[in-house]
Amino acid sequence: MKLRTWMTWAAIILLTVLPLWFASAPPAEPGAEAPTMFGGADERAQQAIGTVAPDYAPWFAPLFEPASGEIASLLFALQAALGAGVIGFWLGMSVARERARRESTPSSAPSESHAD
Amino acid sequence: MHIMEGFLPPAHALGWAAASLPFLAFGLHSVKRSLQAHPERRMLLGVAAAFAFLLSALKLPSVTGSCSHPTGVGFGALLFGPAAMVPVGFVVLLFQALLLAHGGLTTLGANVFSMAVVGPFVAYGVFRAAAGLGASRSVAVFLAACLGDLATYVVTSIQLAWAFPDAVGGFGASFIKFAGIFGLTQVPIAISEGLLTVLVVNAMARFNAHELRALPVMMAGRKNA
Repeated sequence: MKLRTWMTWAAIILLTVLPLWFASAPPAEPGAEAPTMFGGADERAQQAIGTVAPDYAPWFAPLFEPASGEIASLLFALQAALGAGVIGFWLGMSVARERARRESTPSSAPSESHAD
Repeated sequence: MHIMEGFLPPAHALGWAAASLPFLAFGLHSVKRSLQAHPERRMLLGVAAAFAFLLSALKLPSVTGSCSHPTGVGFGALLFGPAAMVPVGFVVLLFQALLLAHGGLTTLGANVFSMAVVGPFVAYGVFRAAAGLGASRSVAVFLAACLGDLATYVVTSIQLAWAFPDAVGGFGASFIKFAGIFGLTQVPIAISEGLLTVLVVNAMARFNAHELRALPVMMAGRKNA
């Protein structure tokens, strides 16, 4: 069981890291500049729209755009940190509560004072 | 899977918003009812939302040479049912549309439909089917999260192909093009999301077994978990 957990983590990491070496550059859309390596799939789809419907012009612009790529990555990091923080808090609480429960239940010894 | 701001014609943008709205209303109702019946689950719902926040912020490299991100909504769908994840996905997508210029307000309806409606419902359906066929909990959770993630990206491809059919090949040719971008990129990422969801569910089962007893995810594979 423990081994399986470690192997699952290893598989996730390999699935994420291996493409960095083995992926080839995405094919360029005809008439468009070659897409950057490991750019977003969303941007590639946007380029593909440009080749399927060259006359299409977006009719609405974002109300607010991060001032630079750095600011955007700051906001993405903030989003991830928020999520990870909540999960970490809850996981820590669960582990502590489970431990407290295990320590308090089998010890029928009356001298146990820190039961909670 | 984010369709960029302004990149759906007005009729499509409106249509997808109209399609998503009833799910959103039903989802809000479902969350409210669930929390009224089980106020102690509020924390757990926060965790499900946090999981979607975390995973959808991670853009991972993939075999196609592009980056894409998991959605994280399958996990919550298994805990609270698919309807509950519609408002959660809506909040994530709204946050990204307003602050990150990732996705958009005009395409919010379409993006909600793919990530917050189809993803959770497919995940939940796959889980029930796999569990019904006697799969262990780990296998059922893996298939659910993995296929739910993939389904989201297939729907995005359908949405774009519908709005922008190929001049020669029509919808089919256009769908193959968009699915080649979104679907293939997503395959390893969806597998990762499936594996990660299994790890989280197993950790929960270990530490929070009593809290989870009545949740859908614990119903399956109890014999061989």
